[in-house]
Amino acid sequence: MLEAVWLIPALPLLGFALIVAGNRRLGEPWAGWLATAMIGGSFVAGVVTFAGLLERPEEERQYVYRVFTWLPAGGLDVDLGFLVDPLSMTMVLFVTGVGTLIHLYSIGYMHGDPGFHRFFAYLNLFAFSMLMLVLGDNLLVTFLGWEGVGACSYLLISFWFGSEANASAGKKAFVTNRIGDVGFMLAMFLSFATLGTLSYVNGDGTGILENTAALSAAAATGIAVLAFVGACGKSAQLPLFVWLPDAMAGPTPVSALIHAATMVTSGVYLLTRLSPVLAQADDWVPTLIAVVGAATALFAATVAVAQRDIKKVLAYSTVSQLGYMFLAVGSGAYVAAIFHMVTHAFFKALLFLGAGSVIHGLHEEQDMRRMGALRAFMPITAATFIVGWLAIAGVPPFAGFWSKDEILLYAWAKSPILWAVGLVTALLTAFYMSRQVFMVFFGEARWGDTVEGEHATVEDAPGESEEPPVEVAVAHGGATPHESPWTMYVPLIALAGLAAVGGGLNLPFSGTHFLADWLHPVVEAAEAEIDVSDATKVGLALVATVTALLGIAAAAAVYLRHRIDARRVEPDLLLQAWRYDAGISALVGGPGRAGAEAAASADRVGIDGAVNGVATLVRTGGDRLRVVQTGLVRSYALSIAVGAVGLLAYFLVRTGL
Amino acid sequence: MTVEPTWYLVLSALLFTIGGAGLLVRRNPLVMFMCVELMLNAVNLTFVTFARMLNDTGGQVVVFFVLVVAAAEVVVGLGIIVAILRRQPGADADDISLLKG
Repeated sequence: MLEAVWLIPALPLLGFALIVAGNRRLGEPWAGWLATAMIGGSFVAGVVTFAGLLERPEEERQYVYRVFTWLPAGGLDVDLGFLVDPLSMTMVLFVTGVGTLIHLYSIGYMHGDPGFHRFFAYLNLFAFSMLMLVLGDNLLVTFLGWEGVGACSYLLISFWFGSEANASAGKKAFVTNRIGDVGFMLAMFLSFATLGTLSYVNGDGTGILENTAALSAAAATGIAVLAFVGACGKSAQLPLFVWLPDAMAGPTPVSALIHAATMVTSGVYLLTRLSPVLAQADDWVPTLIAVVGAATALFAATVAVAQRDIKKVLAYSTVSQLGYMFLAVGSGAYVAAIFHMVTHAFFKALLFLGAGSVIHGLHEEQDMRRMGALRAFMPITAATFIVGWLAIAGVPPFAGFWSKDEILLYAWAKSPILWAVGLVTALLTAFYMSRQVFMVFFGEARWGDTVEGEHATVEDAPGESEEPPVEVAVAHGGATPHESPWTMYVPLIALAGLAAVGGGLNLPFSGTHFLADWLHPVVEAAEAEIDVSDATKVGLALVATVTALLGIAAAAAVYLRHRIDARRVEPDLLLQAWRYDAGISALVGGPGRAGAEAAASADRVGIDGAVNGVATLVRTGGDRLRVVQTGLVRSYALSIAVGAVGLLAYFLVRTGL
Repeated sequence: MTVEPTWYLVLSALLFTIGGAGLLVRRNPLVMFMCVELMLNAVNLTFVTFARMLNDTGGQVVVFFVLVVAAAEVVVGLGIIVAILRRQPGADADDISLLKG
């Protein structure tokens, strides 16, 4: 049954090829159904492979499927192969599972878009790349997927490329990711230089993960740090997070699939995959990862508090939650990181899809100040969104509580300071998510209102504005919001179910550590052993719960009861993300630009000058020498004669005559 | 009075000078061509003379090479000259300066 693994990435690739070949003939809705069927098939293949892996005893749960030898180049021998182990199967199942739901949702969301088939082609290509990333049995195949998801992310962010803002958001994402990719590539080179292979497991004990004893601490540290740089780019950590909030320019299902559930978590996947190397690295590396993660979590959470765009809140929230995962990785809680990755995929995909449903129902309105009281008009969206809200806020027994609690536990064991930062982040998370829910679904209806300042919404491309507002307006009488079609709310309900019970994957009670037991063979080398008494564990969980409720209560006071003017808790500084973006623009636009211009002028004056100087010299010399070439045969003959006489004279004189 | 090898060398030098001078002063391409032939044959004469003096047939072999090359050169050169004179009747060497730089 494990041989079915090749079907997992092959099906979305086939879907991509078919949609590209079918092009417009395969228009709406068939392109969407085909893509959904392909990713659904991929999920089925994943379940079959998972069942095959589950049959084996724990120590044999590792299987490499080689498709062909990709690069036989001397000492470097790279196969295109898939590594089936608990970690990759966990990733495959949630990527294809959540992916299928989001594909289904997109059929409804992208209704009427002229780029309908193009959208699903990209979406399937993305699924293929993501599956290559998680299934690759060596760093190069992972890198292939890594770049593939980056390219698809670029294509999908600037999907409505008619608008300048979308196109530059795509470019920003791509360029920022490239900075991280350099780290990944260097990690790959270093691993080849020190171990002579790129494979994770070779079967003969020479793979990267099997042979960490051969790594010097310095080499392991280098690989770990460089891989972390790569992860920072892809997973939007400080200082490379800037692209993710802008990535919200893409269609909402893209935000849900790529920029919340799957692609952005690939940095966490990479570090978990390389956890034996991380265990070999110097002690300061995990600490660095944990500190960066905690700092990112807190930073993004503060920014999310003041955002007005419904998707921007979720984007910063995603950055913040990714920070949590890195905090977990840095604290040696790999299982908790993967656990939070899975639960986060459930509830964040749910929240994004819910936000998409709201945007859809309000005819492309994204400013939360023009929403409110939507729960009466969109009951299913509201109910599912509330489940997602409780999950992310960390209210027991929803999924987010269990995974966040485990991360905080390990952070506590590593350093109470990290734990405190995590706790403050949890408080802010509960606050800004409650704020969002109250502003969107509760309070008084504010749609159609004009708010001070210009429109915060992104200018949408023709595709979106072709949504038939006239028809809907007639049907509902004015711009009344409406519930979304079934293709959109079925995924919402499914994800709400998962977000509610997803915590059951890994409960902290004895005998219920399902995910920890399942992942044990992959992370055993690096997983931290913590020594915390049960009383402390319960105490920490209680503190976390009280914190979450406190955050919700505070948001209720501000946004439901209006005890405090909302503007006082939303400073402009936070709205502008601590002016981080502006700071980068100033840095790159000021000194960066000056430096680039200096380099350009050095190039112009120095290098070009040298080349042009040689050319000028030759041309001037040629011009001077031209007159010698008279074209008169007799003058040539004369010069030959004179030359001959001259030579003769020279030899005669030399011989001493 | 015996004919010394030196005589041949003097004759050859004379012929070479006449050829060279003719090449430099005349403008008629055909005449210039004949002057070149004269110079070549002056050199041939030198070769043969030295071959006799030094009792080495190498010199005579070289003469054959020169003759062959000269014959080939005549074919090509005359062809070119005839072609030019057809286009430009009465042209002299100074008129044909198409390769002026």
